[in-house]
Amino acid sequence: MWAYVGRRLLLAIPTLLGASIIVFAMVHLAPGDPIAAVMPAESSQAEIEATKRAYGFDKPLPVQYLVWLGRVAQGDLGKSIATRRAVILDVRDALANSLVLALSSSLLSFVLGIALGLLAAFRQGRLLDKAASAIAVIGVSVPHYWAGIILIIVFSVQLNWLPAMGAADDPGLLPYLRHIALPTVALALIPLGIITRVVRSAALDVLSQEFVLALRAKGLVSRRVFAHVVKNAAPQILTVLGLQFGFQLGGSVLVEAVFSWPGTGYLLNLAIFQRDIPVLQGVILVLATFFVLLNLAVDLLQTLVDPRIARH
Amino acid sequence: MRRVVIVLLATVLMLPATALAQGTLRIGMTASDIPYTGGQTDNGFEGFRFVGYQIYEPLIAWDLTRGDRLAPLVPGLAESWEARKDAPTKWVFKLRKGVTFHDGSPFNADAVVFSYESIKKKDAPHFDSYGSGQVSFRLASLTGITKIDDHTVEIETNKPTSFVPYQVCYMVIVSPTQWNKVKDWRKFAEQPSGTGPFRVTRFVPRERLELEANKNYWDAKRRPKIDKLVLLPMPEPTTRLAALRSGQVDWIEVPPPDSIPQLKGAGFQITMNSYPHNWTHTLRLDKEPWNNKLVRKAANYAIDRVGICKSLLNDTCIPATGIVYKGHPWFGKPKETYDYNPAKAKELLKQAGFDASKHPAKAVHLISTSGSGQMLPLAMNELIQKNLKDVGIDVDLQPVEWNTLLTRWRAGFKTPDNEGLNAWNISWNFLEPWSGFGRFFHSKSVVPVAVNTMPYINPEADKLIEEAERTFDVGKQNETLAKLHEIIVDDAPWIFVVHDQNPRALSAKVKGFVQPQSWFADLTSVTVR
Repeated sequence: MWAYVGRRLLLAIPTLLGASIIVFAMVHLAPGDPIAAVMPAESSQAEIEATKRAYGFDKPLPVQYLVWLGRVAQGDLGKSIATRRAVILDVRDALANSLVLALSSSLLSFVLGIALGLLAAFRQGRLLDKAASAIAVIGVSVPHYWAGIILIIVFSVQLNWLPAMGAADDPGLLPYLRHIALPTVALALIPLGIITRVVRSAALDVLSQEFVLALRAKGLVSRRVFAHVVKNAAPQILTVLGLQFGFQLGGSVLVEAVFSWPGTGYLLNLAIFQRDIPVLQGVILVLATFFVLLNLAVDLLQTLVDPRIARH
Repeated sequence: MRRVVIVLLATVLMLPATALAQGTLRIGMTASDIPYTGGQTDNGFEGFRFVGYQIYEPLIAWDLTRGDRLAPLVPGLAESWEARKDAPTKWVFKLRKGVTFHDGSPFNADAVVFSYESIKKKDAPHFDSYGSGQVSFRLASLTGITKIDDHTVEIETNKPTSFVPYQVCYMVIVSPTQWNKVKDWRKFAEQPSGTGPFRVTRFVPRERLELEANKNYWDAKRRPKIDKLVLLPMPEPTTRLAALRSGQVDWIEVPPPDSIPQLKGAGFQITMNSYPHNWTHTLRLDKEPWNNKLVRKAANYAIDRVGICKSLLNDTCIPATGIVYKGHPWFGKPKETYDYNPAKAKELLKQAGFDASKHPAKAVHLISTSGSGQMLPLAMNELIQKNLKDVGIDVDLQPVEWNTLLTRWRAGFKTPDNEGLNAWNISWNFLEPWSGFGRFFHSKSVVPVAVNTMPYINPEADKLIEEAERTFDVGKQNETLAKLHEIIVDDAPWIFVVHDQNPRALSAKVKGFVQPQSWFADLTSVTVR
């Protein structure tokens, strides 16, 4: 078990390095001169060169990468071109907001999705199954930014119940919940659909296996059969949950833009249009790291649930 | 599932409606970030409107109290000013006494010199390279400043020019005492100090700026009636609309035009007024295809301006066939009328030697996603792209964030970044002759001195601009500028599109706002009940 953990941790290092190289290269290959953006128009060539040196843009790319990586390792993601604040501060605030949103929407979609999926599997072919499948199809097919706009129109504009945008401006839990409610629902739609479907098919898979027949034959009550099925379907479900949680964090750009939720997605969107390269790098890198660590955690959790995986 | 929904809805229903302090005005801006609060602000004139001219003040200010005339200049932090008879390049400004900054320190000649140096003196410790980049092109004629006594300064210009007040009005005065406390412009921007009617109380980058009324404001008549002002960046028009309709803000800039009838029906106020604004594509004149006057004219005849204003923008603008609108003293009698005439456009394009198959006209235009005076840039540009395509001009649109567009524009077309571009879509003001003509159309205004980015080089235009600049009689100056306008319209260095009517939507609670014929706004008369 520990050897497996060690191996997985080692494997995470090249993955992270790979991600950092891609992030670095992507941003430098994109059009837009980062220096032009920070210099006043009447700057002399000497001033431009000095700024280039200060940012390290005068060195060859591999050297720039290593310097950048060294700083990143110390938690220095550079300074934002637009706000001239340390990127780490912007990313930290945004990540906290995104994490909360990802957690709340994951909670909503996981609970609902697993419940619906299991119910559908155990009631295969019945009305409940059809209803659950319909919800699943709607969840994966409705664009969540569109759903977000509809939610705003209904709950903010028409009914005037919930705020349409932004994070809470007043302290306290209640204003916070009021602000996060709509983005949570919008962001939960897609994972709700996916999880319902995956859970349903995973449970059906297990249900069709002979050991379930054996369990029933030996007279086990359906509640106990249910427990066996859930346990056997759990590794597959866990993988999906882990991935979905990651997607919630990295894939909330549109929802955050629609609701002006001040998270990483919102920041990413802004940084792209502002050509704010340090912010862009910082956000993507932090998200990528988070994704890698999350996958690692899910894999480890899986081996706890099903020790056979570690042996492979 | 149903029970869950019911429980959720019930919980929501029990939540109290947001309680608000008396007299708080919350504004949804088009900017995607808080405009720079360190003095010489960014984000174009929306930055001046809500940040620059609210926290700070210039020596010469705009009178924004009336909506029935073009906003004139009035004394601000200076009580009077005039060019010296014996030395016409030297302007003496008598400063207002008894004014204090938000930090309590006195406003005086030192503060004016300090602010000027923060823009113009590169080796000064308090040089603000960012703020300077925002405003220095607006102060192109100013070359030096001298303190005469505590309440008098003398500003020097590079030549005798009547444009001095039109440049000085864009330089706001910051508190040297506060700057010396922090000695860093970024920190100063987080705890700024000016003399304006509002002072900053809370600054959350990218999210909100909170200000409170300056109870010690020197002009008792203009002490704010509201207690608190909250500025929220909302670049998405639909977000602004939803925020207004859900009661999260009381005032939005540029509501989506198709929502205006509904908003009126729901009891919101829509204010509009004409003001010196033009929405254009400013063309690059040293490269194909826009280096050819025939192609530029073709583009101007290809645009369906009436369609844009009527169908797309619901009468929130008027068609533009020049820099200024018909009826403005500078309009004159241009030869070209630029009505919608695709057949003529195709003919002109053919004369210019362009041909859809053998030699197509292609261009790359940098546009913004939102921004001050930019109206609805994405929808409008898609229509313009189609109009141009219909006559055989292929335009590739590249959208960037508004302030990024401004930064790139100020650097000119010749940076590695901008080399591939053929135009920028930026809306301009013509509040005064320098902004309307001088900074764009004089051969000496090429980047980096000012912002003749095209560049537009025409000796005849140079002569007329210089003549206007020498003329202190407004009537005569207007005649000269009308002649200049006729020449520029005929040269078509821009694609003229529309003049905005500056629509904004206010909740019924907002009272006392006068929409001036200006880019700026006086928030001191506003109440929120």
